[in-house]
Amino acid sequence: MALSPKLVREFDELVTHYPEKRAGLIPALHRCQEENGGWLSPETIEDLSAYFGLEPVEVFGVASFYPMFRLAPRGKHLVSVCHNISCTLRGAEELLAHVCKVTGASVGGTSADGKFTVVRVECQGACANAPMFDLDGVYHEDLDDKKAEHILRSVK
Amino acid sequence: MKEFQRYLLDRIAAANSHTLAVYRQQGGYKAIEKVLKTPLKPEDVITVMKDSGLRGRGGAGFPTGMKWSFMPDVAKDPRPRYLAVNADESEPGTCKDRVLMERDPHGLVEGCLIACYAMRAKAAYIYVRGEYRLSYDRLQAAIDEARAAGLVGKNILGTDFSCDIWMHKGAGAYICGEETGLMESLEGKRGHPRPKPPFPAGSGLWKSPTTVNNVETIFNAPFIVERGAEWFKSMGVPKSTGNFLCGISGHVNKPGVYELPFGLTARQILDEVAGGIWKGRKLKAFFPGGSSTGLMPASAIDVVMDHDSVKAAGSMFGTAAMIFLDETASIPQVMDVTLRFYDHESCGQCSQCREGTQWLHQMFHRIARGKGKREDIDLLVSLANGMAPGKTICALADAAAIPTLAAVKHFRAEFEQCVELGRDPLAPTHAPAPELQGAH
Ligand SMILES: Cc1cc2nc3c(=O)[nH]c(=O)nc-3n(C[C@H](O)[C@H](O)[C@H](O)COP(=O)(O)O)c2cc1C
Ligand code: SF4
Ligand code: FES
Repeated sequence: MALSPKLVREFDELVTHYPEKRAGLIPALHRCQEENGGWLSPETIEDLSAYFGLEPVEVFGVASFYPMFRLAPRGKHLVSVCHNISCTLRGAEELLAHVCKVTGASVGGTSADGKFTVVRVECQGACANAPMFDLDGVYHEDLDDKKAEHILRSVK
Repeated sequence: MKEFQRYLLDRIAAANSHTLAVYRQQGGYKAIEKVLKTPLKPEDVITVMKDSGLRGRGGAGFPTGMKWSFMPDVAKDPRPRYLAVNADESEPGTCKDRVLMERDPHGLVEGCLIACYAMRAKAAYIYVRGEYRLSYDRLQAAIDEARAAGLVGKNILGTDFSCDIWMHKGAGAYICGEETGLMESLEGKRGHPRPKPPFPAGSGLWKSPTTVNNVETIFNAPFIVERGAEWFKSMGVPKSTGNFLCGISGHVNKPGVYELPFGLTARQILDEVAGGIWKGRKLKAFFPGGSSTGLMPASAIDVVMDHDSVKAAGSMFGTAAMIFLDETASIPQVMDVTLRFYDHESCGQCSQCREGTQWLHQMFHRIARGKGKREDIDLLVSLANGMAPGKTICALADAAAIPTLAAVKHFRAEFEQCVELGRDPLAPTHAPAPELQGAH
């Protein structure tokens, strides 16, 4: 496998923003993850190392440092529930338990139908609207069980 | 509370406040025009910033004009220079920069132009935490609009000033908010902070002179340049000037992000801005400026909210992210959650921090579960003292040690009670906190 021509074109433009090509690596990892179902496969890591002229272990070392990069496949939808202090004070643990119940996924796991992966995340900068979760990159704030359930049930 | 002048959040009330057209209608890009057409020399802009007394809004409260003046003399140093805007916003409780980026992105773009002009920087990189998708998209759209209008790129407004602004996305690591961790991450590496010196102004991004500033800091620059240092100093208190964004969360009736002048008491903010403690309960404690600032007991509620007063009262102004706890909150539980975060986010380079955050977390966790030992409480203190201040490459170790010391100092009796009873009488009964997972 190799990077798609579309991504190569994008990355060729991206790296012009920086004096050194390597600076484009993290944005490029994001794009690959978006294009590949929400995770980075070993092949993608190799493709990116070839593009950036780095060793695969080096790219892997970067990808594995950052919590937003996933190195294993996940469900179709990713629910990231904030469990940091402002959210905990307003019911994050209860919300998380309810999210698990509604989706059928355990924390850190994927539901049997492959539809949802549920994870805990640190403060998302939505503390004044706690509790919250991020569903596929979109914030849902001021949640209670009912609102959360409604959102999760409307996902295709 | 006295009436006060507002400016930071003035524009966001308008519909489509994030677009160039609306920004212009509200007087936007007048400050950069003033700088370029008057013209003011870069040194003049730095002087205005110094005179204004603006202090950084990223947590440490460092004077901004002074920071800008640390950039080396261009005549003696031909290296390209850079501005890095810190939009990593990850300190628990902090949710203010996001409001500016989502609702008033051109304000930040104009701020970048002014800062780059003053420091003769070739380009600004805005490092936004990866989760802030809307902030990223709005800023990118604003930069594109500004570029098309001749406000970003080559020969801005027909002058010989050229400046690029690039967006850059992080990927969920708190440590990349630390300025040298940010630079490593921007260069495409793991976010491992660099030992200082060298300081960023001497050797930063790609070994070039670099200044790192918080979003809200940069956002203040156009106002100061346009309205003057005297105007800015007329707000706030002598050593903390202007207004600040206060993110209020936790057990209050009206959590939110509010624009406030320095110099109000925490009590005024709680009662008159945040609507008081929720459910008719009493205040127990509060973090004045994010979870890395020492917890203050209810008895400290009359502290004046400015950098120096909060410091004198034994804590820190931090990012002005006030987190309020009501009387039902368990301090051991709160500290378990707080230290879980610093344990998770330690980059692992320094042993005091890597091991210290893990130990502190484990001890708070077991005390919160009624499994603590009497000697744990003193051990927390000696461990925290072994981690900070200034014993590690960056201040994350301090961010874990400071709230630990404050919690034990003010709430020792509560920790002792948990140990003696073998349970936490205030522990939530509904949904238990998770079991400890393997660290690092
Ligand atoms: C562990 C750690 C995390 C930090 N996170 C942030 C952050 O998310 N945003 C920020 O602006 N500053 C953060 N800072 C402070 C920065 O290092 C730096 O002081 C700040 O961006 C300077 O901007 P200012 O002078 O405009 O305040 C952090 C510092 C530490 C030690
Ligand atoms: S203090 Fe902690 S986070 Fe900072 S460099 Fe050392 S190990 Fe990393
Ligand atoms: S604590 Fe949950 S968003 Fe900040």
